Amino acid sequence: MNLTLKIWRQKNASDKGKMVDYKVTDISPDMSFLEMLDVLNEQLINKDEEPVAFDHDCREGICGMCSLYINGEAHGPDRAVTTCQLHMRMFKDGDTITIEPFRATAFPVIKDLIVDRTSFDRIQHAGGFISVNTSGNTIDANTIPINKHDADTAFDSATCIGCGACVASCKNSSAMLFVGAKVSQFALLPQGKVEATDRVLNMVKQMDEEGFGNCTNTGACEVECPKGISLENIARMNSEYLKASLKG
Amino acid sequence: MALDSKIPKGPIKDKWTDYKNHIDLVNPANKRNIDVIIVGTGLAGGSAAATLAELGYNVKAFCFQDSPRRAHSIAAQGGINAAKNYQGDGDSTYRLFYDTVKGGDYRSREANVYRLAEVSANIIDQCVAQGVPFAREYGGLLDNRSFGGVLVSRTFYAAGQTGQQLLLGAYSAMNRQIGRGKIKMYNRHEMLDVVKVDGKARGIITRNLITGEIERHSAHAVVLGTGGYGNVFFLSTNAMGSNVTAAWKAHKRGAYFANPCYTQIHPTCIPVSGDHQSKLTLMSESLRNDGRIWVPKHMKDVEAIKSGTLKPRELAEEDRDYYLERRYPAFGNLVPRDVASRAAKERCDAGFGVNATGEAVFLDFASAIQRYGKETAHVKGLNENDAALVKKLGQEVIKNKYGNLFQMYEKIVDQDPYNTPMMIYPAVHYTMGGVWVDYNLMTTVPGLYCIGEANFSDHGANRLGASALMQGLADGYFVLPYTIGDYLSDDIRTGAIPTDSKEFEDAEKEVRKTLEFFVTNKGQHSVDYFHKKLGKIMWNKVGMSRNVKGLTEAISEIKELREQFWKEVKVPGTNEEYNEELAKAGRVADFLELGELFAKDALNREESCGGHFREDAVELDGEQKGEAKRDDENFAYVSAWEYKGEPSDAVLHKENLEFKDIELKQRSYK
Repeated sequence: MNLTLKIWRQKNASDKGKMVDYKVTDISPDMSFLEMLDVLNEQLINKDEEPVAFDHDCREGICGMCSLYINGEAHGPDRAVTTCQLHMRMFKDGDTITIEPFRATAFPVIKDLIVDRTSFDRIQHAGGFISVNTSGNTIDANTIPINKHDADTAFDSATCIGCGACVASCKNSSAMLFVGAKVSQFALLPQGKVEATDRVLNMVKQMDEEGFGNCTNTGACEVECPKGISLENIARMNSEYLKASLKG
Repeated sequence: MALDSKIPKGPIKDKWTDYKNHIDLVNPANKRNIDVIIVGTGLAGGSAAATLAELGYNVKAFCFQDSPRRAHSIAAQGGINAAKNYQGDGDSTYRLFYDTVKGGDYRSREANVYRLAEVSANIIDQCVAQGVPFAREYGGLLDNRSFGGVLVSRTFYAAGQTGQQLLLGAYSAMNRQIGRGKIKMYNRHEMLDVVKVDGKARGIITRNLITGEIERHSAHAVVLGTGGYGNVFFLSTNAMGSNVTAAWKAHKRGAYFANPCYTQIHPTCIPVSGDHQSKLTLMSESLRNDGRIWVPKHMKDVEAIKSGTLKPRELAEEDRDYYLERRYPAFGNLVPRDVASRAAKERCDAGFGVNATGEAVFLDFASAIQRYGKETAHVKGLNENDAALVKKLGQEVIKNKYGNLFQMYEKIVDQDPYNTPMMIYPAVHYTMGGVWVDYNLMTTVPGLYCIGEANFSDHGANRLGASALMQGLADGYFVLPYTIGDYLSDDIRTGAIPTDSKEFEDAEKEVRKTLEFFVTNKGQHSVDYFHKKLGKIMWNKVGMSRNVKGLTEAISEIKELREQFWKEVKVPGTNEEYNEELAKAGRVADFLELGELFAKDALNREESCGGHFREDAVELDGEQKGEAKRDDENFAYVSAWEYKGEPSDAVLHKENLEFKDIELKQRSYK
């Protein structure tokens, strides 16, 4: 396949940035999207031009490092995949593909397509944990049986990879799907209930301080989430938050 | 320097307890005056950072990713072993110890492995307390599955994302300490050297990957939890950024590098499809619980399948060769990884590979879907003879167990594995070799520790499935926090380590010199050009099957390639900015040295053991004909290499392995 790429280039955080056109040829449909960008970068290096900077690591859809806003969609046109799992068979010969970074106030651009998502980490520092020491001096794991349905639902919430697609897809740049998933995982498990009040209050407070917007229930985040994290997580967070606020 | 493994005296089952009872401790007030650097935030580094901070030490943690949560432990799929014996199937600490030593083909250190088995059960308690959502049965208790090389079900799991859940657990423990200010986290920082002061590790030099800034960081001890070096093969299941640099720099500063040739080639990965490929994807070993591996019995069927005239599902049962079940009736599809990989290669080399490249075998779930479907229909009181219903119900069970893996497969290969068998082939996955450490997990450099996959200690020549997660967390949560305290108890009056000493200055200068070289060199080839070439040499000559001729060639070819690299590598951009090519150049430079030592180690070890298979060391007759042949008389030792400049000058030190609690035997899975 031969393709035209329109890619956001921005030297560093203070640079203004612009879209630049590139051509790539002989792209195999079996390539992943990032392998197609590898081809482009090899081309650029050979021409003494600067390669396009993008985040990536595991390339199997689990580390959450890759991002990219492709043709107006976080992680591109396929569903339930990250950009590294997106394959070129989703495109046609002659296509023009627009590639931009994940955009949000709380995700400032570092370079080209790389953004700073440490705001997510700071939300987790505020309460994304159970305060148990790691000494191993704890009760036997089977002492507290957990209903399978609850355990499975907590697991579903816990599969969030923290990529930020939800934020990039939301017109308000809301991080509520991400925060909701973390709050839900702990809220659903007996181990997490002890600190549930403080957790949800602290995490939501940090989320607001980071400059993420509010949720207006358009559901774009759920559609674009590579891990299928459902809107129920936001509902659960809201109810946890309400409960916590009433407690004071 | 003679190697001292510092194994405590006494019976194996009492060693660790006695050890803990007699080490020196640091009182809580003094811990506040002690700094520890931890490089790498995977299961080992992350759990160590959290625990040491919780104990009261000042921890500085470093990772090259944008968040500690992204370390490659996150990609571990199948599970984590623990000798809980929840299933009542005869498991025990001893049995996990025995399985691990046997699985490692008797090339690991007994005392370390026993300790690992001993603390394993506690890991599960710990993780559950942290809110790790392991899979559960309907009664609410934890579920288990079985992994290769064992006859019990001791693997705890969270669908096909166990590594993710465990890492998020360790990350949450870190977050708690970051929030309290006890861990200072440095994301997007790469360690480029270890700094030694008066012979002790006292700090590191790092590069900020965003700004290019070179920084000095000091501490009373340095811990490396920087993972394995499988990317020396270019193509592997490792993440793109996984590298040997931290471990290699430590090696150059005096840490011996042990058993570099012990590499795990994992049998169930998605086959290579073309030259464009940047990495390989694992399909969890847990799939071998339910999947059956086969190739056609007859060459005509191989051809028909390759040309597309015959669908794999249409081939009659009697025309299929379930070669693992045929060759290893006792363990069947659940033989250890090294054995399964070699068996796949044997069939493909004989021409029975089922895809266009001839390098693929089938992993088939049809019979598991049938079995589960019938079971579910029975439980629900539905018609067990309704084929369509049984298939549907069976597929649901499989989806519940392995859904994410099936989806990954479908996205990459563009085939539906519920309805046609998966195609798989071995790929580089894990490295058992690594930095040599003693019982305390300390390297040959005082104050420099190495934990997790980056060290060599627990898996011998082959790691059993679901044991990497166990080792990473055991080292970080339960072992290092004790052993490092014993060392740091001498440092309570040392005070902060200054970073303006000559040692720091010299180390920084050297780092800057290399970086400067890369960005100014007028070369003509990209870093990947060299990395791919290195990978080809490694895979073809130092891969699944090794011989003297190939290894000798590899050594000289890698040396030549390294020389060419230092002349012709081209790195665009500058040092003072985000520059991935520059970061890659430094990593590949180290791989080019490690690769040669790797081949040299493989050449030295004239036996076959675990993942190291020498064509000149096979059983020639009897029941085990064609199987790997170990040589305990001459090679029951750990090869620990000392750096002396060029890899060819590395000096071999031997740590003899003593087996007091397990009898050395031919490893049989028949």
